[in-house]
Amino acid sequence: MQVPAPFEYERATSVDQAIGLLDRLGDTARLVAGGHSLLPMMKLRLANFEYLIDINDLSDVLGYITVEPTQIRIGAMARHRELLESAELGRAFPIFADAEKVIADPVVRNRGTLGGSLCQADPSEDLSAVCTTLNASCVIRGRDGDRVVTMEEFHRGPYETAVGDAEMLTEVRFPLRPNGASAYEKVERRAGDWAVVSSGAAVWLDGDVIADARVGLAAVGPNTAGLPEISAMLTGQRPSEELYEQAGIIAARSCNPVTDMRGSEEYKRHLAKELTRRALRRSVNRINEGS
Amino acid sequence: MQVTMSVNGAEVSREIEARLLLVHFLRDHLGLTGTHWGCDTSNCGTCVVLVDDEPVKSCTMLAAMAGGHDVRTVEGLEQDGVLDPLQRGFMECHGLQCGFCTPGMLMTTRALLDRNPDPTDHEIREAISGQICRCTGYATIVRSVQWAAAEQAGIRTSLPEQDDSRASSAVGGAS
Ligand SMILES: Cc1cc2nc3c(=O)[nH]c(=O)nc-3n(C[C@H](O)[C@H](O)[C@H](O)COP(=O)(O)OP(=O)(O)OC[C@H]3O[C@@H](n4cnc5c(N)ncnc54)[C@H](O)[C@@H]3O)c2cc1C
Ligand code: FES
Ligand code: FES
Repeated sequence: MQVPAPFEYERATSVDQAIGLLDRLGDTARLVAGGHSLLPMMKLRLANFEYLIDINDLSDVLGYITVEPTQIRIGAMARHRELLESAELGRAFPIFADAEKVIADPVVRNRGTLGGSLCQADPSEDLSAVCTTLNASCVIRGRDGDRVVTMEEFHRGPYETAVGDAEMLTEVRFPLRPNGASAYEKVERRAGDWAVVSSGAAVWLDGDVIADARVGLAAVGPNTAGLPEISAMLTGQRPSEELYEQAGIIAARSCNPVTDMRGSEEYKRHLAKELTRRALRRSVNRINEGS
Repeated sequence: MQVTMSVNGAEVSREIEARLLLVHFLRDHLGLTGTHWGCDTSNCGTCVVLVDDEPVKSCTMLAAMAGGHDVRTVEGLEQDGVLDPLQRGFMECHGLQCGFCTPGMLMTTRALLDRNPDPTDHEIREAISGQICRCTGYATIVRSVQWAAAEQAGIRTSLPEQDDSRASSAVGGAS
């Protein structure tokens, strides 16, 4: 029987009260959101904390998906299922539904949250790749107010983020730009498993020329990584199969996969290339279908 | 710590350790051993219960987190001696062999039919994709859920003979 080491449990009544508790308790305390990464780690005693602060009662204040003219703001407590089922989000960023359909299984998706996913900072985590692809920024709240960081700044290494001991991720912001679309491609060993490799792409067109394009990969390095070299190569070009191929070659070359039970390094590089190509192709097709 | 929640409609309150998982609270503290406990790693789904009508893996939720919420277990499916259509469907269509996965399958598919009374085979398979059955090969589980969906629809369409106004709202609510 897997049982976490003993701890004290408190429920957050507001964001500021939770931050106050974290401030007082320091690194002996942890927030628990959906609990679907933290509790398995505590059951295995890979993580031990003296205090758990349950933020599920903040779902009402931090569970929103708000569409504004120039951005979409999503609260840290939005659950996987809500991200999957939001029609507005799906219209603006089809990459979300693509990814959410293949994150874990529907029962896990009832609990897991956007904030927990990003803060877990698992190298294979899918939503971090989505956020990187969409150039999202993270709102981190501490005692002295909010600060906003890019995804590159947010992830400091595997299982490590910019969120301090007395801070909390409250919101993720996604800039909205016209004439764009996005897609997510993942290869997993069986339904509901973590990625062998996944690739997200987002493309914006200006007429028939690529105004900007972004690619984010998961499970091929210490953190999900954006690939600026691909963006630079694609910008100003007309979409074509040759271009997707070149982007795939850059993806395969720039990532850092390791051989493990999910596959060899070579196979993962092959996937990085192929999935990047497919995600770019699907993004462009979606723009053309929409117009 | 003290935790209070509703389990199958009745309020229960117990003194527990904060680290107690919901599955063990139900089985060991309340004696509700219908909820099974299998992989202990959020993978097999035999421990699924409904929390506020949503399926949740109870090996991956603290009992403390369920405080103040409505929990429904497989014991709560039967109402006044009448089995749930899903329970009857699993009997009719051999939806179980050893029965180990069955409580989780029943709770997940109960939530499915509450949201979607007429699911396709694909939707049923998707709903139970976080659950493992080592015996049936899933085909009979899917059939059992289809049986239950038809049975529920049958109950609704047979209502007009008794009470027209109630029947039309029941059918409207289901579509
Ligand atoms: C069987 C299974 C399969 C899975 N498969 C996948 C998969 O294929 N792809 C995938 O991407 N994920 C997968 N996951 C992970 C799942 O998506 C988790 O729900 C998610 O990683 C964590 O979200 P959570 O809300 O449960 O976080 P929790 O477990 O509650 O928290 C995770 C960490 O984040 C911290 N935290 C949570 N919220 C905040 C906040 N607002 N501010 C600061 N810190 C915070 C916690 O303190 C903790 O350290 C799987 C999980 C399971 C159990
Ligand atoms: S015991 Fe909970 S998912 Fe297997
Ligand atoms: S009936 Fe035996 S595991 Fe499903």
